[in-house]
Amino acid sequence: MQEFAIILVSSILINNYVLVQFLGLCPFMGVSNKLESAIGMSAATTFVLTLTAMASYIVDVFVLMPLGLIYLRTIAFILVIAAVVQFTKMFIEKTSPLLYRVLGVFLPLITTNCAVLGVALQNASKDLNFMQSSLYGFGAGAGFSLVLIFFSAMRERLAAADIPAPFEGAAIAMITAGLMSLAFMGFSGLV
Amino acid sequence: MIESIAQQPILAALIALVGLGILFGALLGYAAEKFKVEGDPIVEQIDELLPQTQCGQCGFPGCKPYAESIASGDAINKCPPGGQSTINAIASLLDVPAPELDAEHGEEADLKTVAYIREDECIGCTKCIQACPVDAILGAAKLMHTVIADECTGCDLCVEPCPVDCIDMLPVEEGLKQWHWPAPLKTADLIASDRAPHSDEGRAA
Repeated sequence: MQEFAIILVSSILINNYVLVQFLGLCPFMGVSNKLESAIGMSAATTFVLTLTAMASYIVDVFVLMPLGLIYLRTIAFILVIAAVVQFTKMFIEKTSPLLYRVLGVFLPLITTNCAVLGVALQNASKDLNFMQSSLYGFGAGAGFSLVLIFFSAMRERLAAADIPAPFEGAAIAMITAGLMSLAFMGFSGLV
Repeated sequence: MIESIAQQPILAALIALVGLGILFGALLGYAAEKFKVEGDPIVEQIDELLPQTQCGQCGFPGCKPYAESIASGDAINKCPPGGQSTINAIASLLDVPAPELDAEHGEEADLKTVAYIREDECIGCTKCIQACPVDAILGAAKLMHTVIADECTGCDLCVEPCPVDCIDMLPVEEGLKQWHWPAPLKTADLIASDRAPHSDEGRAA
């Protein structure tokens, strides 16, 4: 039990995929304009990350390892990710057409979210078991959601704030992301 | 079996990737059937917001075609009967900024009107019946026509075809059923969140 808690804390806070490992920055900057779409994106990405971590573990252990094809991990995992994202897209289009519209192009772009491939590859190289892999996937998604929602809440405030003209828009967003990243670096050494 | 395949790396790689591809393809094919979307739900939602006058002032034959066009990216400010309130409603549904009404397609009427045929002047030509998008005009050839006031959407389309100009657009009398409390006056922006949404968001890629 304690081990699971450590995995979660580690993947959400200490090794946060966005702010500490700098993976998945594209949706982090792109979908953080509004809190609602950020929440939708977070849910979709967490779903994809968890499913991908599970599916890529299965593919890795039951297909690639017995056949000695570990060097094909990247390609095989991208195949897994593309399938999972496509499935998520269908699922969201059916259950929430509004969210589907709001997320727009960022939904299929989860495929190219490097955090997703990063989690799958890191899990494979760490020799984790199935439970640990899926927990790492979920933790990565939760960490992504946490910072994306914080960031978009801040950007909504920033939109109404009195910002000097040279810093408006993307510039202040980058600075904010940098400061958040600094803050998250402070978690290192927590466990 | 597995050992013999594993000894031939190229064969093993081919089998593994093609097998995975087929497997995922089958799963996605099944999911596509299972999660099939009937029609485009966003079109239905936009169509519900449009006033259903079927007047064609937007340049489309009716409200549903315009809703489909909006869903595929057309401007949302082409509906004079709906006016600014409809534009705002669609804008908040689609999460886009609300533009002003496009004057090219007509101006928003202040009053809701209804067509009225001066019946002793009507010659029974049926031209207004053909023009009416909602079948709100009753009558037959060489017989007097009349408007079903409850069905009339006030779209003005019947006025133009009438050869004897016997159709008037009369303002709807406001009875107890239509009266509602006036909307509260717009107050000054007291706090930041009072600002209109979409006003000055810092947008970044």
